[in-house]
Amino acid sequence: MTIPDMDSVAHPQERRFNPYTENGGTILAIAGADFSVIAGDTRQSEGYSIQTRYAPKVFRLTDRAVLAVNGFAADGNMFVKKVKQRLEWYRHAHAKDMPLRAIARLIQTMLYGRRFFPYYVYNILGGVEEDGTGAVYSFDPVGSYEREACRAAGAAQSLVQPFLDNQIYFKNQQAAQGTSHPAHLPLETVLSIVIDSFTSATERHIEVGDGLEIFIALAKGRTLQGMESIRGLQELTVAEDGERLFVMRRDLKKD
Amino acid sequence: MDHFPTNWGRPRNDAFDAYATYPIHQRPYNGPKDSFADGVQRTQQPIVTGTSVLAIKYKDGVMMAADNLASYGSLARFKDVQRLHQVGNYTVIGAGGDMSDFQYIQYILEELSIDEISAQDGHELGPVEIHEYMSQLMYARRSKMDPLWNSLLIGGFKDGKRFLSYVDLLGTTYSASTLATGYGAFIAQPLLRKAVEGREDVITEEEARKILEDSLRVLFYRDARSLNKFQIAAISSAGVSISDSMQLDTAWSFAENIRGYGAQTQ
Repeated sequence: MTIPDMDSVAHPQERRFNPYTENGGTILAIAGADFSVIAGDTRQSEGYSIQTRYAPKVFRLTDRAVLAVNGFAADGNMFVKKVKQRLEWYRHAHAKDMPLRAIARLIQTMLYGRRFFPYYVYNILGGVEEDGTGAVYSFDPVGSYEREACRAAGAAQSLVQPFLDNQIYFKNQQAAQGTSHPAHLPLETVLSIVIDSFTSATERHIEVGDGLEIFIALAKGRTLQGMESIRGLQELTVAEDGERLFVMRRDLKKD
Repeated sequence: MDHFPTNWGRPRNDAFDAYATYPIHQRPYNGPKDSFADGVQRTQQPIVTGTSVLAIKYKDGVMMAADNLASYGSLARFKDVQRLHQVGNYTVIGAGGDMSDFQYIQYILEELSIDEISAQDGHELGPVEIHEYMSQLMYARRSKMDPLWNSLLIGGFKDGKRFLSYVDLLGTTYSASTLATGYGAFIAQPLLRKAVEGREDVITEEEARKILEDSLRVLFYRDARSLNKFQIAAISSAGVSISDSMQLDTAWSFAENIRGYGAQTQ
């Protein structure tokens, strides 16, 4: 008896509603010694269509925590809403803002709670830790997370992350004789790396472009050194004595 | 050896199911039963459908356009359907996709309006609230795997501010100064963007009407599920006004010179 070849056996087809779609875009976060930079492009697309040239993907959670979401925009926007709600409840219950590492753990449990119908979102949480250091936490759609120095996610992740590995972690680079690579980079250098990452990604990836939004979180007491020459910088925090949060916007190519 | 007293003396086959595990034991339930539940089906595909909806921001407010057709597959079944619907004094919602789901949405919004009016708290529902409500509703339905199979444009003018946003069967939302659903996103959106982007505060009502009519005309030429009978809604400080149905003029005389399907000239 011959064993039937499975490919030629007819099996029932079903046309079903797909609850997910991909809305493109790219996000990126880099942690410094006493600051953190979180950025995302503003294009939202579906297939070969641009839905809008301005749909924010990076959101302020608290004065020292910023969440960037990328993947399926409806899940991303709803997830941010739910995280903000949990932070508000925490604020009322504990009379203080949630520390960054606690927000990271909260995001893990919220994502894993939907393990069997996931939020199709790649999250990057950036900001300033309780000890004043810059932090970046990156997540997968079901809540696996890790603190890192830098992370890119989204459509152009494969273009940007290798660039970051070389420029931030100095992979495949040898320091000059007698010196070593710096452990942390200054803010101006980090901002240049962010802007160059996005302009390059825009060149070669169709789903990236239109606009760039960059959030800068500063630790308490850190001066505005390195930020004097930034055009269009807008402060989101009110007081000047705690952590400070800024946002800047740039154009990216629209094609 | 079977440890469960409830299985003693009951039929079982020691060879393959010594512990009588099949069928799975359910706890007794004597509460209310819905005998209809097994027959319930969820929306898998849209049946009677509307095609594109267009919308732009202009100097005095927001203008939206949609044709009067509800198709039954390839049959142009209902040719006097209103796909632009007024909600309250400040908002118009336009729908493409399944028309029965849109009728249900109209019912829900009607109930919502009644509740809000009865509250008499000095607050009125504006386009921002309608859009937020619809986003939550559409996302909740998709998360139950039972979507309202529509693409909606919500446009309005309240407190001196223009509002224009999109929400669809997945709960995806976005906002821009020109929006179009369905085939309009491919054919009309480039025309709308060229005519409007950067000039939102300059375009007059007359020019806005012309831009939308020209786009509807191109859609009638190219979308096989469209109609040349349409309505335009304008929302401004003067309130909401949805026009009567109008006819689009088209020019087909070029067809006499066509030979073949492309480069053929004889």
